[in-house]
Amino acid sequence: MARKRQDYDDIPGTFVFDAERSREGFGINMFCMSLMKEENRKAFKANEAEYLKQFKLTPAQTEAILQRDYNRMLELGGNIYFTAKLGATDGHSFRHLAAVMTGSTQEDYAAMMLAGGRSAEGNRSKSGRYKAGTLVPGGKAKSAQPKAAAKSKSAKSSKARRKRG
Amino acid sequence: MARIIAGVASSHVPAIGAAIDNKQTEEPYWKRVFSGFEKSKDWMAKTKPDVAIVVYNDHASAFSVEVVPTFALGCASEFPPADEGWGPRPVPVVKGHPELASHIAQSVILDEFDLTICNKMEVDHGLTVPMNLLFGSPKEWPCPVIPLAVNVVLYPPPTAHRCYMLGKAIRKAVDSYPDDLRVVIFGTGGMSHQISGPRAGLINSKFDKAFLDNLSKDPKKLTRISHLEFMREAGAEGIEMVMWLIMRGALDDKVDEVYRFYTVPASNTAVGHIILENRRKAAGKLKRAAAHRKTDIRRGQ
Repeated sequence: MARKRQDYDDIPGTFVFDAERSREGFGINMFCMSLMKEENRKAFKANEAEYLKQFKLTPAQTEAILQRDYNRMLELGGNIYFTAKLGATDGHSFRHLAAVMTGSTQEDYAAMMLAGGRSAEGNRSKSGRYKAGTLVPGGKAKSAQPKAAAKSKSAKSSKARRKRG
Repeated sequence: MARIIAGVASSHVPAIGAAIDNKQTEEPYWKRVFSGFEKSKDWMAKTKPDVAIVVYNDHASAFSVEVVPTFALGCASEFPPADEGWGPRPVPVVKGHPELASHIAQSVILDEFDLTICNKMEVDHGLTVPMNLLFGSPKEWPCPVIPLAVNVVLYPPPTAHRCYMLGKAIRKAVDSYPDDLRVVIFGTGGMSHQISGPRAGLINSKFDKAFLDNLSKDPKKLTRISHLEFMREAGAEGIEMVMWLIMRGALDDKVDEVYRFYTVPASNTAVGHIILENRRKAAGKLKRAAAHRKTDIRRGQ
């Protein structure tokens, strides 16, 4: 079944760890959690593919873990707090993971953070059409329709809401 | 009678804990962060709370993906530091306050907030880093702590409004506890940050500063921030800021802001910190306020 489309899928470069991903990624996250124990870290490092067989993983998930494709792991239901344990098992700093996920080098990523981080400008929305926030300005009105048409549409929907309510 | 005297909000970046544990606090990068908490430690040393309620989130330490409670209250008599993959942090065991904790549990559940009760729980950097920032690194923590773990890892976390209302219910519970205890409540996590995916590294100082301004003066405005807005503006993990609203809900509507600090970055995160004090009231006024809150909570206002 294709993933159900969500409003937050409009946020660029972001895999929200929601109920659907949590369900699909249970095996990835349980594998990562197992790495909290030293004996498991050793067993995994000794034979990665063999170790992974004890978890419920799809071939794509297994491949993402073996390739250390951190974005793909997130896409397939891994959560960053869990996948970070795999990074730690490899002896990698979080900055290494961040560089891999952002397609950057560790030096460039660190320099970006020191310079104030990645700006929200241009990074809020894939479609570019979203409502301005409660706290800070920005964003375009969702509807590009003429005012009158937009008004009638909203009147209709509030009527529908009343009906449902 | 117990009362909440102040609220503290602070980021809980794991790298801050690592810098403390590895004695790097004097290095220029970290000094910029730690210097912002010097005045806060003085404030805390003078304030000397009898109990601290610490609202925080677990990061795949005590809770895996097997059990994900939305609100989990620590009612145990102690909470050992969790092994987060590098051995437990070298910080003292956190002592609980089981009597007040179970009183709060009973009160807020009857106020329709369905808490999970944890009688055995380990605590990770989400709780111990803010304690270090406010209490320093003593051999024993100076007061008992009631941990309140909030799920902000599995989407959706509780809404900003729900968190604010839980804060009000906690306030009512504390107000009805018979012993004279002075309580400080912590909201931790945030501010803007994203540590996952190609957009990792996102920081939004404009959002953070507006959040701090409103936290102080107009918290109800913050209760209208949707999860989509938090993630879009403050990063996927910036959604942690809903936890600050539990702290804020537990304070008076009007508070005195006594201190604020903001710096970018600490590793991947914008560090925000604020101290808000309740204004002192006569005992009679307090009782009347408590009676008002009883009705407010039910109405959801």
